[in-house]
Amino acid sequence: MTVSLNDLVFVAMALVIVVAATGVVMLKNIVHSALSLILAFVGVAGIYFQLSAGFIGLVQIMVYAGAISVLIIFAIMLVMDKSVEKTNLFSPNIIRLLAGMGLTFLLFVTLGVSIWFTKFPVVPAEGPVDAVGMLANLFMGDYVIAFETAAILLLVAVIGAIILAKGAEDKQ
Amino acid sequence: MEHLFINIADAFTGWLMNLGLSPWWADLALLVVQWICIVTIVTANITVLIWLERKVSGFFQERLGPNRLGPFGCFQTIADAIKLLTKEDIIPSAADKLVFRTAPIFFIIVSVMLYVVLPMGDGMQIVDLDVGLFFFISVGSLSTICLLMAGWGSNNKWSLIGAMRAVAQMISYEVPLALSLIGVVMIAGSLRLSNIVAAQGNIWFIVLQPIAFITYFIAATAELNRGPFDMPEAEQELTGGAYTEYTGMRWALFFLAEYTNLVAVSALMATVFLGGWQGPWLPSWLWIIVKTYVIMMVFFWLKWTFPRIRMDQLMSFSWKFLIPVSLANIFLTGAGIHFFKWMGW
Repeated sequence: MTVSLNDLVFVAMALVIVVAATGVVMLKNIVHSALSLILAFVGVAGIYFQLSAGFIGLVQIMVYAGAISVLIIFAIMLVMDKSVEKTNLFSPNIIRLLAGMGLTFLLFVTLGVSIWFTKFPVVPAEGPVDAVGMLANLFMGDYVIAFETAAILLLVAVIGAIILAKGAEDKQ
Repeated sequence: MEHLFINIADAFTGWLMNLGLSPWWADLALLVVQWICIVTIVTANITVLIWLERKVSGFFQERLGPNRLGPFGCFQTIADAIKLLTKEDIIPSAADKLVFRTAPIFFIIVSVMLYVVLPMGDGMQIVDLDVGLFFFISVGSLSTICLLMAGWGSNNKWSLIGAMRAVAQMISYEVPLALSLIGVVMIAGSLRLSNIVAAQGNIWFIVLQPIAFITYFIAATAELNRGPFDMPEAEQELTGGAYTEYTGMRWALFFLAEYTNLVAVSALMATVFLGGWQGPWLPSWLWIIVKTYVIMMVFFWLKWTFPRIRMDQLMSFSWKFLIPVSLANIFLTGAGIHFFKWMGW
């Protein structure tokens, strides 16, 4: 088995993702965790690019990496009055810690087993030439109702969040 | 003259392949050289731009602007650059060191990345991505994070307020920024920048999409944090916003990145609305430079004409005016396209 440049790119990106994702959990400062999360998202976008899914990769960058800054802002606002140095610590409760570790272990086992026993069909195919056009036709054609419903659902969620945060005005 | 740079690039790869390199490695070497060229040209261009902006702003305010060093003060920026390079690099002891140090580096990387997809002439594009326009918008949105890192890492109240303003402003104005370009994409039928340029062979999109041009221009001004929307810096109230604690070269990197973004956005506007590199008589790469400079002059003009507006006015202007207008523009464009198809154009 020869190592191609494609594989090297994948390994590099995977390394970035794994290190960054570990950082999200292990770093003690919640702002550092959020910044590490951005790095992980950019790494995932890199894997999308490597799989020649440029559009999805850019959506990943724009939606996740670009807008996560809002999340950091909230993190800063929520911890504003205390020291940020120790805002993302492990739980001091041993039982919770063990339960979390157990769940993570189970998740890893499930993932590993499912990947190991699945036969992935290897098709030597090029990516689609006009991926954006195909996506657009699917979104605005076959799946238009699901697409629009999701959009309305998000709008409802946004309005709901605003009302929850600011409180609805009583009509008399 | 037209194919000057393309010929140079071909000669370079040809020379490398004569030396025994495979075409793949030759292309890679060409990419590296193109990258170095971008960085050099951008940096050299900034010195001209800063001098130009100071001169223009001087004329706007009935001053002379820089006029001591060299003819018309044109060596002033070089002197400033040397001063900044030799300044002591001060990092506040209470700063978040890693974040503070990396923020300007990420900022300049993100702004230079924008040039990868810009067509700088006929066939002069480093990568002609099929989602080029979208690449420009989404990579540009990453600069928000860099400003936030700078403001957070400085551990200073002015910096943090500046960074929070920057995030609020840039995320709000990203929406009309992207929406205003959709009208153009609908007419051109592609996100590929070379196709968008080709679609303007007969008529520039500024004529077909005047509303989109104006909304994009306003949103881009806010996205670039330029006056009258420069609340994140607002030196009179925030002493420099996110950059307050930065000195010397790190501060200069931010300055460099801001102007790099300005040039990139102006070049994108020239590409998307003003016909790109197309034009009579002059070679294509000169046309894009001329158009970019014209747009940048308008940016300068706006900055030095309008007073800074208030933060809440800025936000409500985006959400209550620009976004509805750009949505209406998308509707109008769709209706127009169908109308013209029905007419049989």
